[in-house]
Amino acid sequence: MRLEFPVAGRDFQAAGGAAQKIKRTLRQIGIDAETARRVGIVAYEAEMNIVIHAFSGKVGVDILPERINVFAYDQGPGIADIDLAMQVGYSTAPEDIKEMGFGAGLGLPNMKRYSDNLVIESEVGCGTSIRAVINLPTKEGS
Amino acid sequence: MDRRVTVGDIAKELECEVVAGKSCLDNEVSFGYSSDLLSDVMAGAGPGDVWVTVQVHQNIIAVASLTGISAIIVAGGAAPADETVLRANEEGIPLLTTAKPSFEVAGRLYSMGIRGRVKT
Repeated sequence: MRLEFPVAGRDFQAAGGAAQKIKRTLRQIGIDAETARRVGIVAYEAEMNIVIHAFSGKVGVDILPERINVFAYDQGPGIADIDLAMQVGYSTAPEDIKEMGFGAGLGLPNMKRYSDNLVIESEVGCGTSIRAVINLPTKEGS
Repeated sequence: MDRRVTVGDIAKELECEVVAGKSCLDNEVSFGYSSDLLSDVMAGAGPGDVWVTVQVHQNIIAVASLTGISAIIVAGGAAPADETVLRANEEGIPLLTTAKPSFEVAGRLYSMGIRGRVKT
């Protein structure tokens, strides 16, 4: 099952809405609260990165029996140095966005922290795509 | 203590104004978190927390909803935007306001027995 939502750059009105819908749907189909929370956080950070940095993009999830894949891709400026962008506190967000409490340089580190695997691919001047894997707990109750 | 502190207890004790989510004042509070950086809250706050911030724009509701926060206290006399109040009511997240600064709010919450969440 795939859920996919469009995300518009600079649309702070709708920002966070896709992640909320994803989390809500996961809970409705019986995914445990902690997994839904982790997916929600990863999807939120991916969505906010598109809102803050890109022109437009999409964020979504593929729900599989053993795991949930979060994906996001955008048309935007791309990331020149992914290792640098992964560092806590590093941000290229504009000042007005930072005043709103965004762009603290925590988004990508959060995505890494709350996922079991994170892959970022980016081309400067073109866009960025992100895939994150969140494994579902084993039946024994991990 | 015999029972968990509720959002209603906090509103009463700190003399906060409840500007949204009035039907959810029985929400129980687990821990407290104070931050104005949204991604920091996403990483550090957890289900049932009371969140103290000076941010007032509507995105705080998405953050609260995704982390499962039981109430937001807007400190320092800041007034939440109309859209924030609307979203808080839609999501059922109590939104409290107070003229007290964040430090004072956190201190009062601590006095009520609410502790910070220990990061794992």
